[in-house]
Amino acid sequence: MSSLRITEDAAPSQSTLRGWFKRSSNPACGAVLNRAGAVSQSDYVSIHKDYISIRGTSKSFVGRNAVVHALSEVDLDIADGEFVSVIGPSGCGKSTLLMLLAGLEPASSGTMRVGNKNVDGPTPDLGIVFQQDVLLEWRTALQNVLLQAEIRGQDKTAATARAKELLAMVGLQNFLDAYPYELSGGMRQRVSICRALLHAPPLLLMDEPFGALDALTRDQLQIDLLRLWSKQKMTVMFITHSISEAVFLSDRIVVMSSRPGRIEEIIKIDLPRPRRLSMRETPEFLAYMQKVTAVFKTLGVLRDEEGDDE
Amino acid sequence: MTDIAAPAVMPSRPAWQIKVPYALLSLLMLLLIWQFGTMIFKTPPYLLPSPVDIGFKIVKDWKLLLLHSGVTTFEIVTGFIISVLIGLPLAILVTYSPMFDKAIYPLIVGSQTIPKVALAPLMLAWLGFGYAPKILITALVAFFPIVINSVVGLRSAPPQMLHLARSMGASSWQIFFRFRLPQALPNIFAGMKLAVVLAVIGAIVAEFVGADAGLGYVIITAGSSFDIPRQFAAIVVLSVIGMAFFWLASWIERISLPWHVSIRQTHH
Ligand SMILES: Nc1ncnc2c1ncn2[C@@H]1O[C@H](COP(=O)(O)OP(=O)(O)OP(=O)(O)O)[C@@H](O)[C@H]1O
Ligand SMILES: [Mg+2]
Repeated sequence: MSSLRITEDAAPSQSTLRGWFKRSSNPACGAVLNRAGAVSQSDYVSIHKDYISIRGTSKSFVGRNAVVHALSEVDLDIADGEFVSVIGPSGCGKSTLLMLLAGLEPASSGTMRVGNKNVDGPTPDLGIVFQQDVLLEWRTALQNVLLQAEIRGQDKTAATARAKELLAMVGLQNFLDAYPYELSGGMRQRVSICRALLHAPPLLLMDEPFGALDALTRDQLQIDLLRLWSKQKMTVMFITHSISEAVFLSDRIVVMSSRPGRIEEIIKIDLPRPRRLSMRETPEFLAYMQKVTAVFKTLGVLRDEEGDDE
Repeated sequence: MTDIAAPAVMPSRPAWQIKVPYALLSLLMLLLIWQFGTMIFKTPPYLLPSPVDIGFKIVKDWKLLLLHSGVTTFEIVTGFIISVLIGLPLAILVTYSPMFDKAIYPLIVGSQTIPKVALAPLMLAWLGFGYAPKILITALVAFFPIVINSVVGLRSAPPQMLHLARSMGASSWQIFFRFRLPQALPNIFAGMKLAVVLAVIGAIVAEFVGADAGLGYVIITAGSSFDIPRQFAAIVVLSVIGMAFFWLASWIERISLPWHVSIRQTHH
């Protein structure tokens, strides 16, 4: 397990990444550049309290014989650069919330704002990772990542350099020309994360991205993700079923309950960063896990002896 | 972790290098059995010619066979091209327009049960004895597998892939050409391979019904004059044409879809 944590010198330095942001003509990257500059992340969070603001957002689906209230009156603010996890029982509307925020589904009521733009169509400049990697089977790993730049009409040379950099950061530098079928599930998901990050989006939405992976790969990808996040300083909304994953990654955990889907509790995680896998055995970590578990117990989602992951 | 290592180079031969010799061997075996069978049982050549007899007949009749092969090949190719030119756009319409999907597609699927070759006499009555009825029957027969497989393929893009495309800000054109169409290509090729085989049948049946040229015409006229070896010669040539078209479609598929499950082989 020597490569469980990739060393800093294996990853490209932060200055080269910042250099890419400077070259980018993308206005949304300006904010990223500022943040990567002098202002520290915690300062920034306090200045821009609500990068994302969700107000009274509801969503119902009209089914064949019933109306499903997937989300009811959700209020949520997410600060710039914050890592927020959403956890809740199956069918409580987590994916729906993500789709609404991405502007891929219209809300039934309420308002949502990302940055200074109200959501009323596909939200530009965000990255999405789903549980399935949805890599295009006819493109190599590098080409899959570059798809993002092609669709957005960005400069090919700069994008290629950045794609290679991102893939190297998740240990895939030797697999640039491999087709998806030649990659393992974990490697495929890493490619899809790189694709989501190619255009340096200020917001990354992830819907159970590690749900289909084995425990070991999952640990590795959590580490990879946190490293990418600390380098890029983007805001992350991360949907998961795993309590320990949520505690390990997040600044805050949004606990949802179902029928109708609503926010039950928001738990702030005050664990130091950078997070290390060994932290998962500390009493503080376990206390947070118990706190989340307790919410599920009061909701009746969990009954006794089932208080572990998933 | 093994993740970091370069991909291992697996020396494996592409499938066709192994398959072709074995298939050829078994074909040779069959021909040998046939040859010795006709020699042992002394079957009269005007009923069951031996492979060698057929070979000689092909050599002897080559001019006639070539001429009529040209006619049949022309019908097959034209009919096939027409079926693609109509079938593909129709499949796109069915996938994109709910109206077409609800009003037209069920008719297409339902009419698959009509034996198209049974329409050949009708086409002949309407269109005369020239190329037109043969090409029309060929196109009609080849059309269905193309439409149906293309629709299945165009619908096979997972919803999340389309969500992803939209989140990147992809236009409808980009979604079609970069996501849906490549995703559909394996199905489209499967439909075309089926169509090309059916096109051969369509052309021959149309020629059976009424023609003054083509391999179907050769088979019919040779039959009425009890020239069984010539019939066999025409059948062999026809099979070769069918196989050639199928092989051509498979070859185009292989070079355009190196990534697909049915084709992939270890490279690097
Ligand atoms: N397109 C749709 N049409 C109708 N109902 C839907 C649709 N999408 C979601 N729903 C319903 O909305 C509710 C919330 O679904 P959603 O997918 O958001 O749940 P989830 O929290 O992501 O669940 P899971 O953890 O299993 O992924 C469910 O009851 C689901 O049946
Ligand atoms: Mg979900």
